[in-house]
Amino acid sequence: MTRRAIITGAADTAVGEVPGSSCMGLHAEAASAALIDAGLKPSDIDGVLCAYSFTEPHLMLASVFCEYFGIQPAYSAAIQAGGATGCIMAMQAAALVEAGICRHALVVAGDNRLSGLSRDKAVATLADVGHPQFERPFGVTIPALYGLVAQAYMHEYGATPEHMAAMAVNSRTHAARNPKAQMRKPITVADVLASRFIAEPLRLLDCCLISDGGAALVVSAADAARDTAKRGIAMLGTGQKNTHEHLIAAPSLTAFGCRDSAAQAFGRAGVRPSDIDVAEIYDSFTITLLVELESIGFFDKGEAGPAALAGALDLGGRLPCNTHGGLMSYAHSGAAGGLFHVVEAVRQLRGEATGRQVGDAELAFVHGDGGILSAHCSLVLGRQ
Amino acid sequence: MTDKPWPVPNADTAPFWDGCAAGELRLQRCTACGAAQFPPRALCAQCHGAAPGWEKSSARGRIVSHTRVHRPPSPTFKADLPYVVALVALEEGPRIMVNLRDSVAEAPRIGDAVRIGFDPPAGPHGIALPHAVAADAP
Repeated sequence: MTRRAIITGAADTAVGEVPGSSCMGLHAEAASAALIDAGLKPSDIDGVLCAYSFTEPHLMLASVFCEYFGIQPAYSAAIQAGGATGCIMAMQAAALVEAGICRHALVVAGDNRLSGLSRDKAVATLADVGHPQFERPFGVTIPALYGLVAQAYMHEYGATPEHMAAMAVNSRTHAARNPKAQMRKPITVADVLASRFIAEPLRLLDCCLISDGGAALVVSAADAARDTAKRGIAMLGTGQKNTHEHLIAAPSLTAFGCRDSAAQAFGRAGVRPSDIDVAEIYDSFTITLLVELESIGFFDKGEAGPAALAGALDLGGRLPCNTHGGLMSYAHSGAAGGLFHVVEAVRQLRGEATGRQVGDAELAFVHGDGGILSAHCSLVLGRQ
Repeated sequence: MTDKPWPVPNADTAPFWDGCAAGELRLQRCTACGAAQFPPRALCAQCHGAAPGWEKSSARGRIVSHTRVHRPPSPTFKADLPYVVALVALEEGPRIMVNLRDSVAEAPRIGDAVRIGFDPPAGPHGIALPHAVAADAP
């Protein structure tokens, strides 16, 4: 049997509004921090995976990063799959080290979306995800596309605005314990329901943040992981599923690829959803998280909202989820947004999540979703 | 102010937009397996047969989801706020996106029967965007 890849380094930069930051500067800061975390030197890295950038877009971002950082790895590539990118980069890095192509692969992303781009420009650039001929002419935004999912999901499974709001409240409850989080002021369900509509039924507090920030991982081959500084975190199982890109062509408006993606990851890890101690799940909108919790198998249909209202996603609950504060309260800076979830899972499994630690966390689940629940990637991580 | 993101027809989509300009909603249908298809492609995404044919749609369907947009993608849509974007499942099966107009836009419900109409041709390519009104609208 292939020996599982090991996450040996994980780090992120300051997040939120980071004055004086640049896209590549955030990449370099995150990469340096992940290397220090792993106890490795830049010259130890023989593989690099990058994502994409809004503020410094380039056709070949991995080459741009390697040039900026001053390394010439034997392998490098850039991956673009929206919010699934972070998990897909980690999955790809695992494949590279398990195949013997790399020993220490660096996964890095970052963008200064808040300070380097106006909010209007960020919204407009994101809306480009819509189909250029059959969606964008009708004035869709990413919130509008997820609003369409929310409306259909509410109709089919009885989810309510309160159930969705519970997801936002949970994120903020966790973020309040995390000094690094961008938004820490506690909120209530009533606050979410009183915030202004963006695209019905989604309101401002149903939506993720726009942030500056970067994050990085070092993924090492099992034998190479012996050279590193901290307890390694094993990548026990990975999975992916893409069913569509555009919502007009989605096979369903209420059933998505997260189910198959997660089932692959659980199957490869040989565990079940009920074995998971802590989950870090992509939460671009409240409805995103609600759909994923119910599709992946953590909750039955219609159950995630009521459970969240009763505290199931908080520390001490049935499934502590997005313990750093997630995209709605910690930060969302492009592809790094999905990597923050992976970094937090590593911290939880190492017992480093000071002030928000899930007691004795041994198994973590991480999920990324790109597009309009289009591209999915799931990871099961475990203490070695 | 920037212009709206008008569709730029290509080899796959020109028959669709030509139909809209002529007041006709057109869908592709596979000559091999018979599947109706949207958006248009150079092949059938069901059986991968080549060169699907075109046919006139009934232009009737039901709302499968809707959202009233309050925050537009760009300033060019601000004058239209708030507007309703809907997904309509056509009788032939495929799902299309449109804006809702007239009475059905006031309080849309999933399952509402609608009929596809067309805006006047506009933009650099003379595009007549489809929209939806209540099925029993005059």
